Amino acid sequence: MARAVTTQHKTIATAAAWIVALLIFFPILYTIITSFKSEQEAIQGFNLIPSGTFESYSEVQQQSGYFKFFFNSVLLSVGSTILALIVAVPAAWSMAFSPSKRTKDILMWMLSTKMMPAVAVLFPIYLIFRDSGLLDSRIGLTVMLMLINLPIVVWMLYTYFREIPGEILEAARMDGASLWNEIIYVLTPMAVPGIASTMLLNIILAWNEAFWTIRLTTTNAAPLTAFISSFSSPQGLFWAKLSAASTLAIAPILIMGWFSQKQLVRGLTFGAVK
Amino acid sequence: MGNITLKNVSKSFGSTTIIPNIDLNIEDGEFVVFVGPSGCGKSTLLRLIAGLEDTSGGTISIDGRDVTREAPAKRKLAMVFQSYALYPHMTVAKNIAFPLKMAGEDQATIDKKVKDAARVLNLTNYLERRPGQLSGGQRQRVAIGRAIVRQPSAFLFDEPLSNLDAALRGTMRLEISELHQQLKTTMIYVTHDQVEAMTMADKIVVLNAGNIEQVGSPMELYKTPKNLFVAGFIGSPKMNMIEGAPAEKYGAKTIGIRPEHLNISTSSGDWKATVGVAEHLGSDTFLHVQADDIGTINVRADGEVAVKHGDTVYLTPDKTKLHRFGADGNSLAA
Repeated sequence: MARAVTTQHKTIATAAAWIVALLIFFPILYTIITSFKSEQEAIQGFNLIPSGTFESYSEVQQQSGYFKFFFNSVLLSVGSTILALIVAVPAAWSMAFSPSKRTKDILMWMLSTKMMPAVAVLFPIYLIFRDSGLLDSRIGLTVMLMLINLPIVVWMLYTYFREIPGEILEAARMDGASLWNEIIYVLTPMAVPGIASTMLLNIILAWNEAFWTIRLTTTNAAPLTAFISSFSSPQGLFWAKLSAASTLAIAPILIMGWFSQKQLVRGLTFGAVK
Repeated sequence: MGNITLKNVSKSFGSTTIIPNIDLNIEDGEFVVFVGPSGCGKSTLLRLIAGLEDTSGGTISIDGRDVTREAPAKRKLAMVFQSYALYPHMTVAKNIAFPLKMAGEDQATIDKKVKDAARVLNLTNYLERRPGQLSGGQRQRVAIGRAIVRQPSAFLFDEPLSNLDAALRGTMRLEISELHQQLKTTMIYVTHDQVEAMTMADKIVVLNAGNIEQVGSPMELYKTPKNLFVAGFIGSPKMNMIEGAPAEKYGAKTIGIRPEHLNISTSSGDWKATVGVAEHLGSDTFLHVQADDIGTINVRADGEVAVKHGDTVYLTPDKTKLHRFGADGNSLAA
């Protein structure tokens, strides 16, 4: 029997959904509001109506130069994602279409690396970066971000590839396709939706990664996460400027996420229901 | 050319042996059907020939060249899969062109060959469509088109018609046979349907539990099955197998008589029986009769036979068409 849904139920459910959404979004909203306040207003306590000044934004830009950090963020997140895909597509291919007895174990092991707290390997990684001259280098950090997210990328692609019938790849093999042709002409085009959502998610993860990006950079390779943290300085907290910096840092990824939400949701729930 | 030879070929998956040991020779231009119940290893055997599975032992040669360790693409074989296995993101034209593109042919040659194949297969109006926009029969034709453009030394068909409805299956069966007449290329066709095997094959290979039970032309298999398995598998309706006293009378453990080789009479005959269900097909009547001391026997009588449920009839086997089998299940010499 279908459950009876009355208009009253619907109204209550809608209101509840809005309240929950607002609660989750509120910290971001308040950050945006605060970024349009002056420093005096910002420390005066809770206030939802800003004076609407842009002074924090211009000061932030003058003090630190937003675009250098923005450029680094784009470079690191897109670069590490492309690198991760180059490694993960063949890896997921072999696990999905030519699995061995240990494939499941390898997948679990890869995922288990994500269960380890990052701080546990801070010391050795810092030393490796220092000794090989990779501290504050874009290349070093790109590789680092690629490695951090690689397990998730491989897992996601593996799930997508498993959905592709093996016979189609066998047909390609019979048709004379080499392994690379098979991956380039048949597998990849069929997996485009999956690869796209994997890419989007990975860019977001890399963009928001703060632990390593802050610790392994100073100025040259520093992305927007470091830009934000530079405003919680020893001189004291400047709430308005910090908020302006945060808003500037999350805006690009928020906008990208908004436009690609269909792909993202598909990516996150893929394989959940068959 | 498409002469295929299998020597001592075996295949195991882990500790499970699918094919213990097979020797087989397929002549150039032959239409060979592998037939057997599901799980008999017929598809595995085809995939071994294709190179999609590695052999566990033995050698496979094509035109005298040992290809056992060669990649599928190098064997110059084309395969049509049960699921069609078309590339869903490509148009019909691109699907058919794919093997030519992989072979590095120039665009003008590709266009010409795709057009030719489309004309032969009645696909000219569908070249710009995607596989998702085609019917089952059309998809299967695209899969065949993709196979013929390469001019392979042999075609491999893995149960290509089992996803189609009965009417379409009949039409496609004719089309594939017609194609074989035109191309004269070796074809290996896997099916579990003995009707397909009988109607299409030059040579049938009957497989059971990974072993070849018998190889021969359809009529050889029908007339002189080597053992009980082949006798029971080839022919529809199935051969009646009779054990006990009636068989001993003929000096055999089991005798087999096909439903069409039984004479039915209401007055006299060898075996007295009672008519059960009668299936009138118009041209023929299939009778399920209960014979005293023997059990259920299927009889194929002509369409006009006037018997009904419960009638007493007498059956007489045509002695020249009777099959005798020994205790080991093998056919006894006539």
